[in-house]
Formats: sequence, C-alpha cells, structure tokens
Amino acid sequence: MEAFVTALSVFVLAVFVGFEIITKVPPTLHTPLMSGSNAISGITLIGALLAAGSRQTQWTTVLGFLAVLFATVNVVGGFMVTHRMLGMFKRKER
Amino acid sequence: MLPEALIKIAYLLAAVLFILGLKGLTHPRTAVRGNLLGALGMLIAVVVTLLDRQIVDYTVLLAGLVAGGAIGAILARRIEMTAMPQLVALFNGFGGIGSVLVAGAAFTAAIDALMGAAASSGSAAASTATLDVQVTIATGASGLIGAVTFWGSLVAFGKLQGVISEKPVHFGGQQVVNALLLAGALFLGVWLVLHPTQVGSYWILAAVASVLGLLLVLPIGGADMPVVVALLNSYSGLAAAATGFVLSNNVLIVSGSLVGASGLILTNIMCKAMNRSLTNVLFGRFAPSAEAASADDVYAGKVTSTSADELAMILDGARRVVIVPGYGMAVAQAQHAVRDLANALERRGASVEYAIHPVAGRMPGHMNVLLAEADVPYEKLIEMDAINPTMEQVDVAIVIGANDVVNPDAKNDPQSPIAGMPIIDVDQARTVVVIKRSLSPGFAGIPNPLFAADNTMMYFGDGKRAVLDLLAAIKEL
Repeated sequence: MEAFVTALSVFVLAVFVGFEIITKVPPTLHTPLMSGSNAISGITLIGALLAAGSRQTQWTTVLGFLAVLFATVNVVGGFMVTHRMLGMFKRKER
Repeated sequence: MLPEALIKIAYLLAAVLFILGLKGLTHPRTAVRGNLLGALGMLIAVVVTLLDRQIVDYTVLLAGLVAGGAIGAILARRIEMTAMPQLVALFNGFGGIGSVLVAGAAFTAAIDALMGAAASSGSAAASTATLDVQVTIATGASGLIGAVTFWGSLVAFGKLQGVISEKPVHFGGQQVVNALLLAGALFLGVWLVLHPTQVGSYWILAAVASVLGLLLVLPIGGADMPVVVALLNSYSGLAAAATGFVLSNNVLIVSGSLVGASGLILTNIMCKAMNRSLTNVLFGRFAPSAEAASADDVYAGKVTSTSADELAMILDGARRVVIVPGYGMAVAQAQHAVRDLANALERRGASVEYAIHPVAGRMPGHMNVLLAEADVPYEKLIEMDAINPTMEQVDVAIVIGANDVVNPDAKNDPQSPIAGMPIIDVDQARTVVVIKRSLSPGFAGIPNPLFAADNTMMYFGDGKRAVLDLLAAIKEL
C-alpha cells in the first residue's frame, strides 16, 4: 500500500507540473507540443524492454517484442517529426 | 550491471529532462533544444534499462528497437506537413497499444511467478494466490485506456487519411451500446481484481475496450478531430502512467501524467474554441434547427462573385491585409502559394498578417505548422483574440478554406447551432474576400451570411489555383 501511495503522490504532483508548464505553450506550437509529448508518452518503451528481455515465457517475450516495436516507432518517429517541424519555425530576420 | 539505486536516479534524470524539454516548447526559440532534451531523457532511460539485470536476452530487444526505429524514422521524414494530424493520431495509437502489451506481459509474468512460488511451497495458498490489488487495478486501467487509445486513434487516422468516411457515423442506441461496453470493461476490471489468476480476463477486457474505442470515435466528424486527437493524446499519456503503476516505475508515471495533463489542456482549449462541452463533441451532433434559414434565403441574389483581375486591383490599394486560413488551405496544399501572395502584397507596401482560429485545421496548431513550412515567420501568425479588436482597421480580409470559424451567425443569431462559438470577425473588415470552391456549407452544415454580406466578394475556385491566378494578376498590375 505504501508503495502505491508514493506512486500516487508522484502522479498527482507530476500532473500539476504538467498543467503549469503546458498552459504556457503558445498556440503556434500546439502541434509540435502534441507530437513531442506523444513521443514522451512512448516511455512505456522501457517497460516493453523489461518484458521483452527478461525471458520469462515465450508468450511474455512475444508481447514484449511487439510492445518494443510499437513504442519505438512512437518514440523515434515522435521526436524526429517534432524536430523536423520545429526547424520550420523561423523569425522574420534570418 | 547497474545497482538498483543508480537506475532509479537515471530515471529521475530522464523525468527531469522531460519536464525541461516541455518547458522549452513554451517558446519557438527554445523549442528545438527542448525537444532534444526530451529525446536525451528518453535515450538515458532506454540505455539504463538495457543495463538492468532483469534483461538477459538482447536479440529480441535489438530486433524490436531497430525495426521500430527504422519505421519511425521513415514515417517522420516522409510525412507531408498537411498529413501531420493523422501521423500524430497513429503515434498516439502506438503508444496506447504499447501500454496494453506491456501491462499484459508484466501481469502475466507476475501471476506466473506467484503461481510458481505457491506451487513450489505446496501450500493451500496456491488457489487463493493474489497480487497487490493496486497492481491489478493499474493493469486493468492500462488495458482499458490503452486499447481505447489504440483503436480510437486508428479510426481517427483512417478518417484523417480519408481511408474511412470523415462523416459522422450514427446508429440507433449508440450511447446505450457504448455505456454497456464501458460497464462490461469495468466489470471485467473488477473480475480481474477478484480473480487475478485468470489472466485471460485481461485480454477480454482489452478486447471489449477495443470495440469501445472504435465506437467512440466513429461517430465523430472531421472538423471535431482536433478535440479527438488531443483527447487521445491525453489517453496515451494516462495509459503510460497506469503502466507505471503496474511496474512501480516513477519515470513512466511522471511522463505519463505530463502527457495526460498536456492532452487535457489542449482538449479544453479546443472545446472552448468551439463553445462546446467535451460531452457534446463526443456524444452530441450538429442538428440545424428547423427554423434555420435555408441556403437559398441567405444567398439568393446577394452573393457577389469576383475575378482575379478585379481582386488584384482591390488588393493594390490595400494597406493592411489579413489572411484567414482553414482546413481547405491544407487540402488544397495552398500554403506556399498563399505565402507567395503575401510576399507580393508586402512588396507593394501592404502589411500582411495571418489570423489563426484555434480549431482551424484538423489538430491544434495545424495551420501554424503549415505556414511555418511555407517559411512564414511565426510573428505574423496572430491569435484570434489578439486580431479581433483590430479587425475594423483591416482593408482586405482574405478567407481561404475556412467557413464556420468566420460565420457571423455565431455572434448574431442565438438560434444558430454554432451560437456562441468564438469566430474571427472578418465581417468587420472593409472588404472580405472568400476563396472557396462553392457556396457549400462547412462542417456545421449551415449557410454562412458572410458570403452574402455587402462587403464580401466570393472568389470561386480551388484554393491553390485561385491564389496562383490572383498572384499572376497582381504581378501584371
């Protein structure tokens, strides 16, 4: 139970941090914000790595492999496409 | 192999980098660095995980990482900026299914371990072996949210890509079916908590949630996609956070909740910009009232149509021009032509700005990305609330591919289905030019009195072609 309460505390505090930061993102950057934060939500990848690499049963390895695949597409694609988009935002005088 | 504490500290560092990364996105100047900080955080998290002692087999991992990385990189490089909404929807979905699979694998492994331990100790506890309740609850939440995210995102992707119809799909008793599915999923969740050893019920739960995800997004029409994509973005974060609870892993919890919060804020902004509640977007539908004026009443004999040459002359005398882009500009891939037009007008001494409605396009900020792609400096993109008070001083407002977001009925007609929706007040400008294929209605399905206003001229044609013709006419002056 204690572990759960600790995890819950972390969750609630992080939600507040998220609200504080994200409300300051200007509308111009909302699309990169979505794709960038989306890449961050691919953090589930590390759970996928643990599942795929711990060799418990064949079934968990298969699940893990698929999870690694999907999450990596999410992470790599998300960060790269955000980078590409942000490179386009320029000031008047270059 | 790294000691446990060191791994946890590395995860903390990753979480901090994610926060700093998002903070960087609060300004275009720091945004690139912010995104790189986020990527660095992810890299650190992945590398220390690979050094975790639980990992004994690297072949499967590397195969997944290499294949996934290659697919992601190709998609990210090849995608057209106009197709960004569907790509983000797809990535959201992948994050969601990732969480479903991870929670499923972790849960299976935990139950296997538990059963194994109980069997070897030979105690009577074997039949009543239980997991911590919170782990089971989190697993259920992961499966539910993740599956809804995955299938909902696939439908959103299909609609945005044009694979399935953008039109809302309605059938009788839809709400009841959805409610039953949700109740079924929640029941399976409770079942899972009471009988965690029956791992199969997790997959049934995920299957039920998948159907729910499909049915939730199918009825939602194209123009409401900004809300859906933002909401699914939030769900993908919450699914990751739930998986964090399953694994007791703080970096998942922190990142998941950051993304969950981000998606919720964007969802809220989008709903406000349409003056609709989230429930209305998800479950309601636009029903034009019976008394609403028909298109004939509104337009008959009052619409002025114009040509490129006439427009060029009007624009020649304009000092201040505002361009209002909508989804139609994206469809026509007209952003570069529009930029050229703006440059030509500026060379002739006019000031040109862009007025961006929050829900223009198919995702939050869609227009801004398109115009950025066309090298329009971001200072020229003005938010609705900032430009509206100055609209009266605008000589010519050019509306391209937008309709409902410039419909003055939202302000003037309390009976209108879009009454109360904030709009860009182009009707206040001295002259309004609307570039549009026809007088067909926008997503709300209602006529737009702006098109019949005295100060409005309709310039009919495909967005890109029309702008290019106009540009040619201006150059001939």
